[in-house]
Amino acid sequence: MKQLTNILEGFGSAVQLLVQSCRYAGTLPRQRARFIEQCYLIGYTTLPIVAILCFFMGSVLALQAGYSMENFGAKQFIGSLVGLSFARELGPVIVAILLAGRVGSAITAELASMKVYQEVDALVTMNIPPARMLVLPRLAAVLVMMPVLAIIGNLIGWFGGAVVSKYVQSIAIEPEAYFAALRRYMKFKDVGTGLMKAEIFGFVVVLICCSIGLSTRGGPREIGASVTRAVVASLISILVLDYFVTKALM
Amino acid sequence: MPAMPCPIHRNPITAVESPAVGVTIEGLSKNFGSLQALKNVSFAVEPGEIFVLMGPSGSGKSVLLKHIVGLETASNGRVLIDGHDAAAEGTLEHVRIALVFQAGALFNSLSVYDNLALYPREHRLGTESEIREKVVRALQILSLETTANKFPSELSGGMKKRVAIARALVMEPQLMLYDEPTSELDPVMSATISEIIATLKDEYHVTTIVVSHDRELALGIADRIGILMGGELVFLGPPSELKESKDSRIADFFHPKIDLKNPRFKTLET
Repeated sequence: MKQLTNILEGFGSAVQLLVQSCRYAGTLPRQRARFIEQCYLIGYTTLPIVAILCFFMGSVLALQAGYSMENFGAKQFIGSLVGLSFARELGPVIVAILLAGRVGSAITAELASMKVYQEVDALVTMNIPPARMLVLPRLAAVLVMMPVLAIIGNLIGWFGGAVVSKYVQSIAIEPEAYFAALRRYMKFKDVGTGLMKAEIFGFVVVLICCSIGLSTRGGPREIGASVTRAVVASLISILVLDYFVTKALM
Repeated sequence: MPAMPCPIHRNPITAVESPAVGVTIEGLSKNFGSLQALKNVSFAVEPGEIFVLMGPSGSGKSVLLKHIVGLETASNGRVLIDGHDAAAEGTLEHVRIALVFQAGALFNSLSVYDNLALYPREHRLGTESEIREKVVRALQILSLETTANKFPSELSGGMKKRVAIARALVMEPQLMLYDEPTSELDPVMSATISEIIATLKDEYHVTTIVVSHDRELALGIADRIGILMGGELVFLGPPSELKESKDSRIADFFHPKIDLKNPRFKTLET
């Protein structure tokens, strides 16, 4: 019962934080420097790890698909399978999971330590709402950077699949045939759906991490506990939302 | 105590004059679950006065300070600052209140200069060059000119406290609150901080509330002293009255008796 109350309380405070941040949306142009800094942290610094992970996910997907589809004589469809899987599902989910692990944890740690060491209280006494200065630029930055990361993740995943398809002897499909199959069965809507999902997941992850960070109470030990809680809550939210968003966008 | 004439508050940074503000605490109570941190506390701080709030650890001093600045909401009673309810939204837009936190609460990711410039920048109180002037003036008042480009992690405890006071000054406050300003400082630095607080009051008539354990500081700078014990106000008056007080609780607070025959000390000896 207590856990349910905590979950509802957390949900409530995240919604409250979102409403407060939206109230200050008009101040975003004045916070250009903070917005750019967050774009750099969320986008640029996450890119290498997104690239590595998406390349290998694409490679593994092609490898598994090649192994299974060989039995049906359907190897020529590997491109379509990797392309659609990445665009509609794997791309946005992987990028969101990486965002939660890398950026979300850092956001929670930073805000939680600001709360514990009274920097957030200092902001309040200075009549500077934390939602305006600490949350709004992060939410705006993730909205801009998530589609970019998802597109790059898709491209690299597709490329990973193509490399494996060409060089693994049991598959041995030329890139031209791989990409032709990828193009044939994939519509622009598939990519759009994936980008929409990435946008929703990224926004929810950053909101959860900001909310948990700012509601931290106690001493330095609580900072670590908040980070764990934020990452776990983000991962669960991504997978739960994934089902409902996929169903809604079908 | 007869009401003091309302002094004119002179802004330390801009030298603009305005009436000093007073603080009224009416029947303030605060409960944290079953713990009663404040029990029906009432007193008033006159405009331009230095009021020092003392008491043993856990007596509710810092909780009271948080109520004044609106960081806590009362279970009962209220705090009025210049007639505005401290808990109400928008009070900080009517009255500029600066709180100097016990540990400074400086923004670690910002340089000293940016820490000081944050408030005027966020509230758009002038152009960048005007803000620069204010920041430089505050740094000069606290003799911190050489630290402008340093980060809080590079500063000593005493310097952090002075930077926190400088940051408060840049806010051009009508009410200054200090939470344990001399804690963790050596005697020389404690004396310097006491001097700074007294100077701000004497020269600029900033209404000041100081929460402290430091007896020297309290007796040296206070116009009046309040003593909280177990959430209750047990003394309210000028330092001269405090010295003559016959209340055993106050005597125990200032001169705690250590029983050297206590078995715990015996254990230490062996």
